[in-house]
Amino acid sequence: MRINTVEELDKLAKSLKEQKSAEIIIKTCAGTGCMSSDSAKILKNFEILLKHHGLDNKVSFQPTGCFGFCEQGPIVKVNDVFYVQVTPKDVNEIIQSHIIDGKPVERLLYRDKTTGEAVKSFDDIQFYKRQMRIALRNCGDINPESLEDYIARDGYKALAKSLAMSPQDVINEIKQSGLRGRGGAGFPTGVKWEIAANSAGKKKFVLCNADEGDPGAFMDRSILEGDPNSVIEAMAICAYSIGADEGVIYIRAEYPLAVHRLETAIKQATEAGLLGENIFGTNFSFKISLSLGAGAFVCGEETSLMNSVEGLRGEPRVKPPFPAENGLWQKPSNINNVETYANICPIILNGGAWFSKIGTEKSKGTKVFALAGKINNVGLVEVPMGTTLREVIFEIGEGIRNGKALKAVQTGGPSGGCIPAECLDMPIDYESLVSIGSMMGSGGMIVMDEDDCMVDVAKFYLDFTVDESCGKCTPCRIGNLRLKEILEKICAGNGEEKDLIKLKELGEIIKDTSLCGLGQTAPNPILSTMNYFMDEYEAHVKEKRCPAGKCKDLLQYKIDPTKCVGCTLCAKNCPTDAISGEVKVAHKIEQDKCIKCGTCIQKCRFEAISRG
Amino acid sequence: MNVTINNLNVEAQPGQTILDVAKENDIHIPTLCHLNLHDTKVVNQVATCRVCMVEIEGRRNLMPACSTRVSDGMVIKTNTPRAVKSRRTIVELLLSNHPKDCLVCERNQNCELQALAAELGVRDVEYKGKRSRHDKDTSSYSLIRDPEKCVLCRRCETMCNKVQTVGVYSAVHRGFDTVMGTAFDEPILDTVCTFCGQCVSVCPTGALTQVDNTSEVWKAINDPDKFVIVQTAPAVRVALGEEFGVEAGTSVTGKMVAALKLMGFDKVCDTDFAADLTIMEEATEFIDRLKNGGKLPILTSCCPAWVKFIEHQFPDLLDIPSTCKSPHEMFGAIAKTYLAEKLDIDPKKIVVVSVMPCLAKKYEAIRPELSNKEIQNVDFVITTRELARMIREAGLTFNALDDDDFDDMLGESTGASVIFGTTGGVVEAAVRTAASWLEGKDIEKFDWTELRGLDGIRVATVPIAGVDVKIAIAHGLGNARKIFERIRAGEEFHIIEVMACPGGCIGGGGQPYYLEHDTSVLRKRAEALYAEDKEKAIRLSHKNPQIIKLYEEFLGDPGGHKAHALLHTKYVRRDN
Amino acid sequence: MNENDKQLAELDSYIDSFDTKKGKLIVSLHKAQDIYGYLSVDIQKHIAKRLGIPASKVYGVVTFYSFFNTTPKGKYSIDVCMGTACFVRGSADVLEEFKSQLKIDVGGTTEDGLFSLDSIRCVGACGLAPVVSVNGKVHGRVTRADVSKILDDYKSKEATA
Repeated sequence: MRINTVEELDKLAKSLKEQKSAEIIIKTCAGTGCMSSDSAKILKNFEILLKHHGLDNKVSFQPTGCFGFCEQGPIVKVNDVFYVQVTPKDVNEIIQSHIIDGKPVERLLYRDKTTGEAVKSFDDIQFYKRQMRIALRNCGDINPESLEDYIARDGYKALAKSLAMSPQDVINEIKQSGLRGRGGAGFPTGVKWEIAANSAGKKKFVLCNADEGDPGAFMDRSILEGDPNSVIEAMAICAYSIGADEGVIYIRAEYPLAVHRLETAIKQATEAGLLGENIFGTNFSFKISLSLGAGAFVCGEETSLMNSVEGLRGEPRVKPPFPAENGLWQKPSNINNVETYANICPIILNGGAWFSKIGTEKSKGTKVFALAGKINNVGLVEVPMGTTLREVIFEIGEGIRNGKALKAVQTGGPSGGCIPAECLDMPIDYESLVSIGSMMGSGGMIVMDEDDCMVDVAKFYLDFTVDESCGKCTPCRIGNLRLKEILEKICAGNGEEKDLIKLKELGEIIKDTSLCGLGQTAPNPILSTMNYFMDEYEAHVKEKRCPAGKCKDLLQYKIDPTKCVGCTLCAKNCPTDAISGEVKVAHKIEQDKCIKCGTCIQKCRFEAISRG
Repeated sequence: MNVTINNLNVEAQPGQTILDVAKENDIHIPTLCHLNLHDTKVVNQVATCRVCMVEIEGRRNLMPACSTRVSDGMVIKTNTPRAVKSRRTIVELLLSNHPKDCLVCERNQNCELQALAAELGVRDVEYKGKRSRHDKDTSSYSLIRDPEKCVLCRRCETMCNKVQTVGVYSAVHRGFDTVMGTAFDEPILDTVCTFCGQCVSVCPTGALTQVDNTSEVWKAINDPDKFVIVQTAPAVRVALGEEFGVEAGTSVTGKMVAALKLMGFDKVCDTDFAADLTIMEEATEFIDRLKNGGKLPILTSCCPAWVKFIEHQFPDLLDIPSTCKSPHEMFGAIAKTYLAEKLDIDPKKIVVVSVMPCLAKKYEAIRPELSNKEIQNVDFVITTRELARMIREAGLTFNALDDDDFDDMLGESTGASVIFGTTGGVVEAAVRTAASWLEGKDIEKFDWTELRGLDGIRVATVPIAGVDVKIAIAHGLGNARKIFERIRAGEEFHIIEVMACPGGCIGGGGQPYYLEHDTSVLRKRAEALYAEDKEKAIRLSHKNPQIIKLYEEFLGDPGGHKAHALLHTKYVRRDN
Repeated sequence: MNENDKQLAELDSYIDSFDTKKGKLIVSLHKAQDIYGYLSVDIQKHIAKRLGIPASKVYGVVTFYSFFNTTPKGKYSIDVCMGTACFVRGSADVLEEFKSQLKIDVGGTTEDGLFSLDSIRCVGACGLAPVVSVNGKVHGRVTRADVSKILDDYKSKEATA
């Protein structure tokens, strides 16, 4: 299949749309999360059993990208009916009952958390109700390995439209939309393109940052796995507008499925003439290659990423010069992340004005968040900017697991901060998050409950940044380690009051002096937790107590002799033989041997063991 | 354009950094990693240390003055409490990961980190914790690596990779574990290192230092059974004074000779004499190759660092270099044969000490082929810096010494040999003699200015006896690489001079550290050499009466059998 | 052709297929690790020579990226996710348990060469947190108590093989 003109594209899209609407379609999530719980087998079973029942001509089944509702995976959608936590064994029943007998399988339907009732239609599920899917528009809906599926959903129409516009008009459209970079600080995308367009030079590059490194954020991966063409098409539009002819997608090697889907999509698009020479018969030519990361968080920083693409250590470069003037191979380069690109085609098709109506005054459009941690509905959600945290966590996420109390929400990954429950009603946008000491980052949103110790959380993030610091500049290389050491000291019960002052002072200096974004934001988790949860720090330092009961060195497990009946269960399960005692006599814990793993508390049936 | 710096309105040029503008206006901003050697175009602008941070109005964070370019209307403050406190904290952080043996460190009192700590008034290191642990690398004969003292300024990496294109060093590992390392942490002796010592020259701390051979030299001097002959290279005399506060570019030959005699050397000779000898052999070899269709170009072979460089990097070109030993090795060979005979001393009792501007000479001295009847030509090599220390140890007040002359035998030299110490000097000396021989009469043109200067690569065509002789000169191994690649690509030259160090031997890895990285020092050292050349009565190597006598009495003809056995060498493929 | 030659030939023909050698170090290292399972000093030297870059630079890159390993991994490579989502759901305890049962540290390999242990950052299966991936197979919602079961499964697989 080769598409030589815009007319051919329109014709193909039209015929594909007509074909698709006639069928029963079974969609099975084939994202990384669901694949981890056997969705590949589910697909295989559909293939075998549909054939067995002679239905393979009537019913089509296909893998799709992530539906976003990972908590309930694997997910299977039969037209509008939404099945959750499906196992390979359930496939036969779905075919028998739903396809053949026309009766949806009641037990596999999603049950509303509050009413407990089965919800049949996808649109009625609480998780999806409040969402507005622009970047994720095709995820979970199309077969990511089929160019035809993408074209049937108006794929490559935005590119065709752009090529009929002047490059400046394309940029103006993006500028008008108000779209800002979705990967970090939120630089206006249209302005970025304009600078690259105005940079002198025959050779320019378009880069896609798919090095999603924030632990707990997986929106970029889902987009690449679920709708790779949306990124490829957007990169081509960008290339046209800035005058580039070559694109590079820098992607984590830890995302093999996304790599595979991108490779497939690039191959198909090239074969169809949507990438390559003289696209749609115009003078515009564009090719894309993949560049695999190798496990370095700092490569999410744009200049480190370029060094890595060049085969070097992923150390950041001195800025300015900025990539728009002097980027990959010293050529002007535009770099955006995956989610930013995923917004481009809808903006071109519906107009910048349409997009700018969504969101808040300064933050336009929607944002995808990866909701994870102690939340009932783990998954990917896309909501308009300005939605409150409360709406995301309690309406879409349906609250905290096990009925516990929310303590904090961490946004922005290792560069962000912890937002306390008091701020839940604040509308989320770039500015509001910064104003409370956090940041948008790529959109990770980790929910923490009363059992999480905020000092321990800060230590966790520092551990991460110390591990991932490239080591190039002094404040990040040595300063962050010193911060981590102070936190370790505090968690071990050796903290002094002056340590709290040191944390703050050194943290501010590291932010002020580090070479790249990693170092400049690394102290944020400490500074924001100190800002909102100083009482926890003080409890660790002054009272040598961890209020959440997380810091093991500050804990002691004790057996209440009045409650212990001497059942020996705790002693039998203790991994270090720290518990001794005769049968039917109260037991004792030897503190020297105790590793504070908490097994005894879980095993005790008489609530005789306490922690404090 | 105009910028405001510390409330001062000043003019600035586009492209200038804040540091440049501050310097021009006498505003001092402390730096550590920054290095800009203008004359040799060596720039290390990595902005890693974060010491030079300054405030810029409208910027959220502090910015590094060394790499931030000024823009019109920029308002800069270099000395606010915020900037000063950050700087001090950065230095404290560096010190928190640095050994505290400053008093016994090789770089005590000329360490840039130490100076910075003093300047910023660091009195306590508030932040304590884990320290990097690395073994010292004492494998080589030239330099010692002590990575625990590394502040990751990356100067050595820039020098070794970008300037010298040797590629011994890279940052290895990541985060706090990052260190400037060799491939696979191999001892530096086993790497492609040429031992040029330029990394040592630019290291701000004691992380890279020279191997110290002074105690072995003292031991030999104090051994009554040894006859210790010292020779000094031309570049030493125009730099040694700097160690004693004498202005750069002052030749201190007389005081140096006096000091060496007072220190107890049995004979104080001049490597310049051997430089003249080198010209005799090299010019003979060139004329032979030219007339008899031998391999051209001929490459000068005085510099042991580039010899090792070509052995590793261009093993296919090993037939180009002249087979001549370097001057101090020739000296050693003659001292332990001719001079031994003359003085009737057992060569085994003779100890030859070379005072060199160079670290590679230390390694060269142990190369097995540079020996005669299993006796090494040269026993010990010490650098200009080591000599200065020995002079201090001996309690001599250098500047008060009366000038003295080199010993008679092997002490006489010509102007041609003096200029060996600067880039272009060897080839100029060779051309003077070769031209004289080819034209059948001593030439009258002494100053070949077309061959002088500090440009990294210089190419000139000079007519000699009807032949247009194409000469190329390169200093710095990166420039040498470019020339070698041009040769590989088929470009034809007659003679090529290569010196590994920027500026030639005057910029050697064993020379006094240039204060404040002021490389105008290099130009001054070169000028002093050319001035000494001009003052010499004889400016052609083949006219040196002692050389003429040496051939008559001992060697026979230049390029002859005996000369070959004693004064020529061979090269080793090291590409595997 | 023996196995060694075949592996080397595969690597060389991969490197030779580049139209330029500029910037091809990381992809070549990926390929070599695919072929050999790890990056020995000899292979790193070989790649340096083929690409015409200093060996020190190859080593600098290999030691920078955590994806590259310079020693062979165990037959079963256990990766415990330490992403934030898994961390707040107890993956640190799971990692501790693996360490104590296998008696190795993170980055280590058991003496019998059967297991190696690493911590990784987010495989993106946050819905299943905490997750452990063994040779790419993801085990979800792992607790401390599951650790011995997971290990026993692989051990018995070995015993029957």
